[in-house]
Amino acid sequence: MSDVIGYILIVAGILFNIFGCVGLVRFPDVYNRLQAATKCVTLGTVLLLMGVAVASGTGALAAKAIVCAVFILATSPTAAHAIAKGAYASGVALWEQTVVDKYAERVEQPKSERDTTVV
Amino acid sequence: MQVLMQLFYLGLLACCFMCLYRIGRGPSAPDRTVAIDILGIVIVGFCGLLGLATGQDFYLSVALAWALLSFIGTIALAKFLEGRGFDE
Repeated sequence: MSDVIGYILIVAGILFNIFGCVGLVRFPDVYNRLQAATKCVTLGTVLLLMGVAVASGTGALAAKAIVCAVFILATSPTAAHAIAKGAYASGVALWEQTVVDKYAERVEQPKSERDTTVV
Repeated sequence: MQVLMQLFYLGLLACCFMCLYRIGRGPSAPDRTVAIDILGIVIVGFCGLLGLATGQDFYLSVALAWALLSFIGTIALAKFLEGRGFDE
């Protein structure tokens, strides 16, 4: 029974991984690629590792898989945030059909006038 | 069950090749950085699958080390792109 649940989780995780990587290939600019790839692939890999943990039962394999999943869940959004900030600072242009750029408005304001409630 | 495992490997290999396409093609440096980050995470998943297939837990140790190194490398590249020193 736990085998079946584990394999279902693994299949879901691999599907999320594939969709995220398709987004990485198909989307028009670096910010779109970042948000598609990071979120999908993070969820996909966490699901995959949870599936490994469930399918392998109790033991060192399951414990390490869960540690790995928690680590990826914590670090992947951090890395994506750093890349987005670095890309913006290094002057990568937004897609020409981008509608709104809130970060530019926020960067232009002096620090004391920023509304800290809006992120 | 063996066939299922091979299908899983093929799916993750497809992900790896899409990331490699973006690393080779990507017009700007941040594109390549994103693709390298994603490739690292996909490989962590691959290590998990290998651990399940062989029943040996050192593959997950490899995955942990790989995730840690991938994260640190990505943060360093992002800092470099931002044009700041590593200790700010």
